[in-house]
Amino acid sequence: MEPYLPLIWAGLIGTAVAMYVILDGFDLGIGVLFPFTREEEDRDVMMNSVAPFWDGNETWLVLGGGGLWVAFPTAYAVIMPAFYLPVIGMLLALVLRGVSFEFRWVAKPSHCMWDVAFAGGSITAAFLQGVILGGLLQGVNVVDRQYAGGAFDWLTPFAVFVGIAVVAGYGLLGATWLIMRTTGPVRELGRHWATILLFAVLGAMAVISLWTPLTIDRIAARWFSLPNLYFLWPIPLAAALIGFGVWHWLRQGRENLPFFGTIALFLLGYAGLVISTAPYLVPPHLTFWDTAAAPSSQMFLLVGTVFLLPMILGYTAFVYWMFRGKIGPGEGYH
Amino acid sequence: MEFDPVLLARIQFAFTISFHIIFPAFTIGLSAFITVLLLLWLRTDNEKFHRLARFWTKIFAVSFAMGVVSGIVLSYQFGTNWSRFSEFSGNVIGPLIGYEVLTAFYLEATFLGILLFGWNRFPPWLITLAAGLVAVGTATSAFWILAANSWMHTPTGHEIRNGIAFPVSWWEIIFNPSFPYRFAHMLNAAYLTTAVVVLAVGARYLLAGRHVEESRTMLRMAVGMIAIVAPLQLFIGDLHGLNTLKHQPAKVAAMEGHWNSKEPGALVLFGIPDEKARKNHYQIALPGVGSLVLTHSWEGRYSGLTDFPESDWPPVANVFFSFRIMVGIGMLLIVVGLWGAYLWWRGSLFESRWFLRSTSYMWPLGFIAILAGWFVTEQGRQPWVVQGLLRTADATSPVPGASVASTLALFVFIYGIVFSMGIYYINRLIHAGPKGEATAAPQGLPNRPLSAAEEAAREATGRGPGSGARPLTPPKG
Ligand code: HDD
Ligand code: HEM
Ligand code: HEM
Repeated sequence: MEPYLPLIWAGLIGTAVAMYVILDGFDLGIGVLFPFTREEEDRDVMMNSVAPFWDGNETWLVLGGGGLWVAFPTAYAVIMPAFYLPVIGMLLALVLRGVSFEFRWVAKPSHCMWDVAFAGGSITAAFLQGVILGGLLQGVNVVDRQYAGGAFDWLTPFAVFVGIAVVAGYGLLGATWLIMRTTGPVRELGRHWATILLFAVLGAMAVISLWTPLTIDRIAARWFSLPNLYFLWPIPLAAALIGFGVWHWLRQGRENLPFFGTIALFLLGYAGLVISTAPYLVPPHLTFWDTAAAPSSQMFLLVGTVFLLPMILGYTAFVYWMFRGKIGPGEGYH
Repeated sequence: MEFDPVLLARIQFAFTISFHIIFPAFTIGLSAFITVLLLLWLRTDNEKFHRLARFWTKIFAVSFAMGVVSGIVLSYQFGTNWSRFSEFSGNVIGPLIGYEVLTAFYLEATFLGILLFGWNRFPPWLITLAAGLVAVGTATSAFWILAANSWMHTPTGHEIRNGIAFPVSWWEIIFNPSFPYRFAHMLNAAYLTTAVVVLAVGARYLLAGRHVEESRTMLRMAVGMIAIVAPLQLFIGDLHGLNTLKHQPAKVAAMEGHWNSKEPGALVLFGIPDEKARKNHYQIALPGVGSLVLTHSWEGRYSGLTDFPESDWPPVANVFFSFRIMVGIGMLLIVVGLWGAYLWWRGSLFESRWFLRSTSYMWPLGFIAILAGWFVTEQGRQPWVVQGLLRTADATSPVPGASVASTLALFVFIYGIVFSMGIYYINRLIHAGPKGEATAAPQGLPNRPLSAAEEAAREATGRGPGSGARPLTPPKG
């Protein structure tokens, strides 16, 4: 069992991060789309469509960060200082947008400030998450199992590009969520932006898929050596097909498929990133095994996780189901 | 300009966690209070309980949001500001935080949705169940985080290899010597603090002659609670102190302003500790009473600060004064509880303007005592992060001082705005007061989410969200 523990934990944390990106992705995406309507009523509907869920969604971020600390303390102790400024910036942005959910209503009619905080916080948080991802892909300077770089090592054109891509990606998730969960002008807003953002996202995925192997040898070797190439080519192909599918469903006016198609697109992109970096947790220095916590610590939490995670997934699904259905304009209050 | 990264990191952590704890303290207590109100409503079918539960749920929503976002910051700050501490202790307290996420945070955050947005949609029993689960979740969260924190004060159940702590016994790690006391004292503090807020709000309404029926209920519930919980807090605190004397004697010496172990300890009512002169100036003290409390004998001896090398002293004056603030408030609240109980027994609880007026200003007292208590605990542990194992100065991240300073400035700025607006909005909700007559019958699915605070907003401003032109009506009394 022991040699597999770091792998199991890498899988669990990977799952938590994927859950986070998808779930908080769509509610951050609502904030990304906020500036594109000036109608107070539309903004009410947009916010109402995610209000009961955002807190649960964000808990996956806590599990991702907390899990990293539990299972891979050294990685946690390297990554956090390395991305000190973007991490704190992201957290502050999440503070601003998180409180906006309640403040905006209590502040009415003078809630303008919280509209700005919600949109600005969501966009900033999404952007900085992308920057951290981009910086991590490029690699972190580690000496003696400690971060040994400067305060701005993460600030590269590539990281900024990934940041913008993530904003577009969350925007797409948000737009397709609106198509699924709302009616009237808000759904039209979703339709309009979903198409534009879909092309932006597909373009960004293509650029990142070329940029990383061209500049990072280890990633080029992973994808373009034999026999890997034989196993891996279906991934970009599937992404292209699903991208086409989402475009087609949007044109057909389908309501649910674009959202789930976008999720599939995200998962494929995520799989691509995992293939590029595994088994490094802190590329290019520390692997899962280098940074793993003591086996008994990993085991102690794993025992609980085996029981608790299915329960969590169960009641999360229950709450989503209880709040199912569409919200139209003028609804959401009575 | 040169920045001291250790000092800055400490200030930043102290700032963000002090901000955070205010909200958990309130939400732990409030979720339990709301659950009780809902249970009473289910049992008696009395509308006033329903109105009160809805009213406090709106306030709960605003305060919970602030608790959540400030907590997420903290869980990452262990890594950003204390990476060497994270690596040192990750094997041992990391899993405790992991269990906190899995057993508490998901439960709270998920069922919160039903509690806040389900009123017009779901049957009362489901709302009550959700409130109960949120209350259990918040208390469970305190359980795990306080286990982690207590381990930092009284580490047991581990061994050190290559400069890193490894677990040996999980039972001893979780139930370390100071944990039962700290958990009981903190949980009790949260219920006490909430009861004081409820009392103040009820008193405020009664003085203004508003919401009389609801206010009387609030007053009775709060006074009953305080009369039990405030003395209990003194009792737990005393046991906590005795335990600390065993494990962290330097902390107790600083709390008591006790310098010399050759003399029996006095109970210092007032004084100004001077680390250089190694004595208290302007001291007013009851001789021997300190020994009586801590050793149960007038002549008992216990460690004074001079028994420890100066490099192991906590910042004496901070600990000393914080302790007096906490205990002073504790004593005051015991008086309030007994006074209220006496008036209740005499049948004049709702008429005594003295009582109502003074308690209507008391709402911040619990929060101040909680902060003071944490300052005693955490500063009293200095210069250690993990008592006897890791010094604070060795626990920081390799991050330049300028980064810490600039983010600290950002924290102060943004938290300043969020905090003051939050207080302002809560005040506004309290001003609007409990509203609404009969329960709106649960409307059929499909569901229509709405913000919990939204409705209150409409009531407070007399204006429906999204409607541009309805006239303002002043809040009715
Ligand atoms: C005694 C109780 C207590 C203490 C000492 C702390 N917390 Fe806390 N925390 C809670 C009690 C709590 C709570 C009652 O469970 C919260 C407060 C917000 C909310 O109101 O739930 C919460 C929320 C909360 C959240 C958000 C959870 C969510 O997504 O729902 C995080 C990540 C943390 N906390 C993390 C921390 C950390 C890292 C702490 C210490 C350094 C800490 N808390 C101290
Ligand atoms: C929630 C209530 C808490 C408050 C108000 C609080 C307050 C403080 C304060 C004021 C300091 C600075 C002490 C100094 O440097 O002079 C501090 C330090 C610290 N506390 Fe706490 N604390 C709380 C709970 C916790 C918990 C639950 C943990 C961990 C599980 C924790 C971990 C730390 C760490 C790592 C430091 C930094 C190192 C140090 O300065 O000792 N604290 N805290
Ligand atoms: C009535 C008399 C009280 C006594 C004798 C007392 C005693 C103590 C002691 C000795 C500590 C330090 C424990 C340590 O770190 O070793 C402490 C901490 C603390 N106190 Fe009190 N306390 C009292 C009242 C209160 C009140 C009224 C509140 C809040 C409403 C409160 C909240 C706290 C908190 C939050 C802590 C920090 C957490 C902990 O270590 O338990 N206390 N108290």
